[in-house]
Amino acid sequence: MLDKLVLYMQYPFVRYALIVGVLIALCSSLLGVTLVLKRFSYIGDGLSHVAFGAISIAAVLNLSNDMILVMPVTIISAILLLRTGQNAKIKGDAAIAMISVGALAFGYLIMNIFSTSSNLTGDVCSTLFGSTSILTLTQKEVWLCIILSIAVVIIFILFYNKIFAVTFDEDFAKATGTKADAYNLLIAIVIAIIIVLAMNLVGSLLISALVIFPALSAMRIFRSFKMVTVFSAILSVICALLGIIISILAGTPVGSTIVAADVVAFAICCLIGAVTGGVRK
Amino acid sequence: MALLTIKDLSLGYDSRVIVENLNFAVNAGDYLCIIGENGSGKSTLMKTLLGLQEQIGGEIIPGDGLQKNEIGYLPQQNLVQKDFPASVKEIVISGCQARCGLRPFYTKSEKQMAKDNMAKMGITDLANRCYRELSGGQQQRVLLARALCATQKVLLLDEPVSGLDPRVTIEMYSLIENLNREGITVIMISHDIAAAVKYASHILHIGDSIFYGTKDEYLESDAGKFFLMQQKGGEK
Ligand SMILES: Nc1ncnc2c1ncn2[C@@H]1O[C@H](COP(=O)(O)OP(=O)(O)O)[C@@H](O)[C@H]1O
Ligand SMILES: [Mg+2]
Repeated sequence: MLDKLVLYMQYPFVRYALIVGVLIALCSSLLGVTLVLKRFSYIGDGLSHVAFGAISIAAVLNLSNDMILVMPVTIISAILLLRTGQNAKIKGDAAIAMISVGALAFGYLIMNIFSTSSNLTGDVCSTLFGSTSILTLTQKEVWLCIILSIAVVIIFILFYNKIFAVTFDEDFAKATGTKADAYNLLIAIVIAIIIVLAMNLVGSLLISALVIFPALSAMRIFRSFKMVTVFSAILSVICALLGIIISILAGTPVGSTIVAADVVAFAICCLIGAVTGGVRK
Repeated sequence: MALLTIKDLSLGYDSRVIVENLNFAVNAGDYLCIIGENGSGKSTLMKTLLGLQEQIGGEIIPGDGLQKNEIGYLPQQNLVQKDFPASVKEIVISGCQARCGLRPFYTKSEKQMAKDNMAKMGITDLANRCYRELSGGQQQRVLLARALCATQKVLLLDEPVSGLDPRVTIEMYSLIENLNREGITVIMISHDIAAAVKYASHILHIGDSIFYGTKDEYLESDAGKFFLMQQKGGEK
């Protein structure tokens, strides 16, 4: 088994997959706590569907690099969703359901009508579930991924204290003069970037899991924002590594294997939380 | 010049007016209590003063060079915070955030300030505890320490004692009284008229009739007399 792994590691595409997988897992976990606590998790879901729609358009237009289209479309949608979410009149959830299901339907429709590919179902499936795309990354894509991930991590560290303040109590932050709206905008943009990145790894249907599970798991055990953030990042990276390695060895789809690992980790954390919580009381 | 001057202010949501024609001024060192029935618009007034809610008409004029980031606020209990994983230390220092501007990290003096304010509120030994596991009174002290990190000048408190038991309520009131003695202006919402009369220097009553004046003027007014009568009735 180990021999097999060592053998595989000699292939560049496997190494790329591991590097990219780890970076994406790290990024996607960072804002998980904020998303869960700000009730933004639905935005992640909506955005991933929008990104799916954008990818199908890019595929039809035969764009060599679909990021050119997907990234701006997703970022703009993130900003729009955030705006409507804050608007009390249109229920945020309904707006998101409309946009996301609409994008999903249109994406599939466009692919169906215009696609020249002989394996349409396969294409759609891999966009939705990420299947093998992570093993077919080109060097250019890997570099783009590395640069974006590093940017996300740096932004997160620089704005960590502000993200905490705005997440914990937006009213207080605003009332005392913090530019909460600007930071909310920043959070939305970073989420959009993370989602586009994570589409490569797990496909659009499973992104929410990648973002939310590590945060929920960490919140079971730890009780400070810093520890929850650090632990969810570590956990997410471990699960991604495990998921990728298992999927290579066992031939399972990458995305679902990673998410399965996240689910198992969540169950373990619940157990630990129940035991230590019991001891504490 | 007063710290805050309120002129012909009307407030409400989506042009539905809740309170109109508010006129009052808050001077440095005042202890203003805002009283009134539930739903009379006390929280809305405070949010409007803080700029969280747009006013429908009138003016709020800050004076004495009061800056937006020199205001401390203790919100009415908020549901989002209920399951938030945050330690007391993290929450208290987040009060310094507004002063940071774009600076990413807290300075030594800000960390010291957070420590001092925790000591002042008697919560130093809770520093590493999780906020959501504290009692109601402890949570309010944490939020008060955070508000103190945000200001040396004005504190706006929205029902700081609601849900606290009588002993803890008295402790909370005396903490606030001490802060006011140290020179911090206090604007506090309360539906406890007895406490308002005991601690405040000025009283603003909103509701069907609006009253603003010093505590003594309030006790002379119709509403105040009615309140005194009830008190006497209670004592019999
Ligand atoms: N976000 C809101 N949108 C619309 N109406 C609101 C909102 N918040 C409060 N109200 C209404 O405004 C009135 C005053 O509320 P509030 O200021 O919270 O009262 P108080 O704090 O004095 O109990 C109430 O009638 C309430 O129903
Ligand atoms: Mg209120």
